[in-house]
Parts: sequence; C-alpha cells; structure tokens
Amino acid sequence: MTTETSTLDLERSDKGDFFYPETHLHDAGVGLTEKTIHYISDIKEDPDWVRAFRLNALKTFLSKPMPTHWASRDLEAIVFDNIRYYLSAGTQPKRNWEDVPDDVKRTFERLGIPEQERKFLAGVEAQFDSEAVYSNIKKAVGEQGVIFVGSTDGLKEHPEIFRKWFGKVIPTGDNKFSALNSAVFSGGSFIYVPPGVKVKHPLQAYFRINAENFGQFERTLIIVDEGAELTYMEGCTAPKFNTATLHSAVVELVALKGAKIQYITVQNWSANVFNLVTKRALAHEEAEVKWIDCNIGSRLTMKYPGVVLKGRKARGEVLSIALAGNGQHQDTGAKMVHAADETTSNIISKSISIGEGRATYRGLVHIPKHLKNCRNNTECDALLINSTSRTDTYPAITVRGTGNSVQHEASVSQVSAEQIFYMQQRGLTEAQAMSLSVNGFVNDLVRQFPMEYSVELKRLIELEMEGSVG
Amino acid sequence: MTKELAIHNLRVEIAEQEIVRGLSLTVPLGEVHAVMGPNGSGKSTLAKVLAGHPDYKVTSGQVLMDGENILDLAPDERARKGLFLAFQYPSEIPGVTIANFLRAAVAARMPEGEELEATDYYAQLYQKMDLLEMDRSFTSRAVNEGFSGGEKKRNEILQLAMLQSKYAVLDETDSGLDIDALKVVANGVNSLRGPELGVLLITHYQRLLDYIVPDRVHVMVQGRIVRSGDKDLALELEEKGYDWVRDDLPEPALV
Repeated sequence: MTTETSTLDLERSDKGDFFYPETHLHDAGVGLTEKTIHYISDIKEDPDWVRAFRLNALKTFLSKPMPTHWASRDLEAIVFDNIRYYLSAGTQPKRNWEDVPDDVKRTFERLGIPEQERKFLAGVEAQFDSEAVYSNIKKAVGEQGVIFVGSTDGLKEHPEIFRKWFGKVIPTGDNKFSALNSAVFSGGSFIYVPPGVKVKHPLQAYFRINAENFGQFERTLIIVDEGAELTYMEGCTAPKFNTATLHSAVVELVALKGAKIQYITVQNWSANVFNLVTKRALAHEEAEVKWIDCNIGSRLTMKYPGVVLKGRKARGEVLSIALAGNGQHQDTGAKMVHAADETTSNIISKSISIGEGRATYRGLVHIPKHLKNCRNNTECDALLINSTSRTDTYPAITVRGTGNSVQHEASVSQVSAEQIFYMQQRGLTEAQAMSLSVNGFVNDLVRQFPMEYSVELKRLIELEMEGSVG
Repeated sequence: MTKELAIHNLRVEIAEQEIVRGLSLTVPLGEVHAVMGPNGSGKSTLAKVLAGHPDYKVTSGQVLMDGENILDLAPDERARKGLFLAFQYPSEIPGVTIANFLRAAVAARMPEGEELEATDYYAQLYQKMDLLEMDRSFTSRAVNEGFSGGEKKRNEILQLAMLQSKYAVLDETDSGLDIDALKVVANGVNSLRGPELGVLLITHYQRLLDYIVPDRVHVMVQGRIVRSGDKDLALELEEKGYDWVRDDLPEPALV
C-alpha cells in the first residue's frame, strides 16, 4: 500500500497559504548591485560602519562560488538578478497591536498571532517581508533589563553591545549566503539578557514572506549574559507563489559564562522557498546552548545549526526534525566544534521523507588533539514513507587525542504496509495511520519541546500526511 | 435485517493461488463460533480477507455484515462499522503509546464535530483494564513494542473491549500463550460475550475452547468448511485428528 502512493501531489492546505496585495512604499527593485546596498542603507539610515560592512559583504558574496561541489545543484535555480532584496511599508514597528496596519494585522491574525502572545509569551516580534511591523515585550520582562528589539533598532540604540558581537560568531565570509545576508540584512531580532536574569516565558519572532520574487534576509543576534537564561522561538511561513522565493537568515547566539539558551524554530515554508540559513552559537564556560529545529516545507533547505564550545564544560545540543515532502529536499544537520576541555555535545536528528522527498543529514563534529574529556553523541534516524523516498547521511567526525569520546548511531526505517493495515483495522484512515506513525517516530524528541510547539508540530505533520496519501 | 456476519461462497486467491475455495459460514450476533483446521487450511487468510487486507484478491462471494456487503469497503471503513480483527501477529508502532493509539481509534468513531472527552476516555479505558486485570502502566508503553506474546494478545483484547465492535475475528489468539496467559485472555473474551457481540474464533487447537466454550464449531479444510456442529465436535476432532474429517472429504473440485 505504501508503494501505491508513490506519485504524490503535495497540495498544501495550510493556514499559511494565502496573501494580501502588496502595499510597499520602499522597494529596492530586482537585482543586487552596490546601488541596492545604498538604497537599503539610505532607507534604514544605517550608521557608516554598517554601510561599509554591507558593501564589503557584497564583494565577498560576489567573489564566492555557489557551494555546488558539495551541495545540491538545485541551488543553481536561484536567479539572484530576479530577486527583490528589500520591501517595506516604511513605518516603524508598532508597540501596540491596534496600530499595526490592517492588511498586515489580518495576515498575522490568520496565523494565530498575537493570540499566542496573550497566552504564553513574554514578547513578540512580527516581521512582514523586510521589516518588523510589531514588536512588544511584556513590561515585567523589560523592567528586568531585557532588551528585545529589531536588529535595526538594536544596532542604533545599543551599539556598545551590538557591535561587540555582530558578525563575530558567523563572519561575513563563512559561506556565500552568510555574505549575502551580511550585505542586505534587514529585520530579525536583537536580544540582550543581563547577568542572572532568567526569562521565564519564551520570546517569539514570527517571520512572514508575503511578496513574490522576494528575498527575506533577517539577522538575529542574541546575547545572554553570565548565568542568565532565555528561550526564543521563531516561526516562519510564506504563501505559495509560482516563482522562487529566497529566505537567507543569519542567526548568532552568544551564551556567556553559565548562560543557557534554547532556540526553537518551527518553519513551514511553501514549496517554492529556498531556505538557506546559517545559525551558530558561541558557548562560553559552563554555558548551554540547545537548538531545536523543525524543518517542514520549502523547496530546498540547507541549515546546520552549530555550537562553538569555547569555554570549559560548555554544552551544545541540536535536536532536529525534518519532513521532506514530495519534491522537497531537506539538507539539514548540525555542527559541533569543541574548543575547550570537558565540553560535551549531543545531536539527535530525525528525518521523514515522503514521496520523492529527500532528507539529508550533514553533520560536523570536531574535537582537536589537545583537548581532554570531550564527548559527542550523534544519532540520526530516517523514516521513509514511500519506496521512492530518499535519505542520505554525511557525518564528518574528527576526533583526535586520547580521553575524548564520540558515539554515532544511524538508522533507516520504513513504514510497513502491515503496520498501516493494523492501524486501519482499528478504524484509522490511511492518512491518520501514516501521521500517527510519523508522530510516533518523532515522539521522543517532540516530548522535549514546549507544549505549544509540540501541539503545533503534530498538527503540521497531520496536514502534511493528509496531503500525501491517496 | 438479520444481525449476523454472513459469508457466502467466498473465494480468495493470492499470487494466483486459490486459498479460500467457496467458503460459507454465518455468525449470528451474540454467538461464539469457532473455526478449527489444520495448518494451511486457509484460516488466517479468511481472517485477513474479512478485515480487507490488500494483498488478497476476492474472486467471488459475499461477506455481509448485518445485511451490508462489506467487501468493497476499505479496511478502516469495515472497522468503523464494527468489525474487529485480533491479529495473530500484531504490528509494533514505535513511539505511539497504547493510550494514544486507542484514543485515536475511539475518536475515529465519533460523529463529525464531536470531540472525545479525555476524562470519559480514561475512565472507560481503566474500567476495561481492570476487567482484563491489566496494570495501568501498560497504556504508557508503545503499542506492541518489546511485548511478550501474552502482552500482545492481551493488548488485542483490550482494544476489542474499547472499540465496542459488533463482530470480532480472533485469529489464533491462543498461539504463543502459556496456560496462565491463555486463561487471562479467555476470561477477557468471556467477559465481553453477550447479545451485542458475535465472535469468530480461529484456532488450531481445541485447548482454547476449554476456556471459551463456543456455540458452534466449524472445521475448515482446504479452504472450505467441511463440517459443522456443537462444541462436542471440537472434542471429537481432538480425539480423532484432522485426518478423520479429511478422509471423509470428497475431492475438492478443481477450478
């Protein structure tokens, strides 16, 4: 029975698939030249150092080849000259939901924001195309000295913290897409949590692409000071357009001594989005960074959240779930760079491939010779739904020296026809049976997520499985 | 409308080989019928075909559940109409707890727009578990994963109890059970017996019928019912062996 559903048409019926007409005041037009950079810098009233940073990044971007010697050749389908790099309505982000323009408000209300803010969040930022349209932090959290603003406000209002760390975790030249983001970045969050402050409820950002042929390049920088704690969640959607849309974010996290950061992403991009994101954290002594990364949708996602374990006893973790629908490619994984003694890292990756979907795990674990008592554990499990589904695993593990240990486990399983028949005999439809199997497969990971996100993820998996059967 | 599960002249093949060859059998609601037969007689094929397993091809005949032909229905539609199959080899569903699995199955039977109340559900679940002498921690385990033979069969009976099916086909429910487990499972089935349940008990051995006493016994050989009688037929069969009915049997018509 699983083989009979091999030609799948993944019509997405998500709540994210709708859009309203554009009303942008600022539009950088298509293509990317120095003129585009100046246009963006002028509108954003960038300080000189930012303009120079952007221009330098543009040169780096242009000089770097596409990474197709190791990555998918599908990247060649991106036509940089056809993309619009900046779109905004030209207004400041609103602190009050009532002040958000009606068309934008309608969009986010359909997506369930700010309902969730009222329910369980400490603060929300909502980005519509290039700029934040709404940004709010609960008063009590603000009074603790927590800063939560858009990146544009962050670099202007808090340059002393911003400049110290910006571009330090992920340098411009890290890869072609981090260079692109550095050239045209707009939006994203800037967060600072002062020493010892434990932010009880999560802060959330919501990224929405509403325009066709558009590139979204948000830039997020989060600094959690000594002994402080933060959970940050982001959600992403885009409507279904006929032409490719590009999302290329850079996210830098800094966890100072003893700090804890949990960064959670649930993205549900439409099937024409190229999602090429660089995410990395710097963990100082005894700090803990955990990336929880759920990748659903997109045409091609390339994303390998990383932690540089810079201080003694630092700990890094990546828990990742990827769902590759028919015709989609999820190329995801993790990077753990051990750079101090007694550092530990843990990577658990679960992927599901449906129809002709392809899930790739790509991981890098590096423990150099001079370090002692470092440990890494890597587990990758792949679930194939159809006989045409594909999964690959490329673990690159370098461990030198004595007294360091790594453990790597990988498994591939397939949903069996007998299992589906068994569940159908209990009254579940084929789609319900599939989605239960998939949810069971990811269950031990999802249990570690905040409740609201595990419910949302379960629902997204159900939607995806409904579309993929019969 | 007669309340019964009626199989008329059923013929079934797999890989172009005929396994069930013109089988007829009727289980009225409220009765327990046993089908006994030697290995390879087609008993398990019959069970899977009733449930709608996609590997088997029905070439002729009818299966009527309370007068409705169910052969054109998908497996899940048959299930929701009240047909239950206790599997000989139940599948594992990693990561899905028994509680969640059963909840999804119960919810699938609710009318559209109605939601299953968690408290009602658990009250019902625990009541059935007490009936089957099952420990409550059982439901937080993943379905059949790492279960012993006895645990798997008990889990099947728990599902039967929870899903309030009208007709239950129990496929070799006694296989792989020691005598204590067999008694527990038999007690479970006996406690569900009543005017609202028809049972088709498929078994190789008479042993199970000491604990679940059937209203009727049918002997299946080479894809057909060759003899029917009351519970004493099982004892007679036990004594004389299957060769006794086989010797009696006219050569099956070659198709």
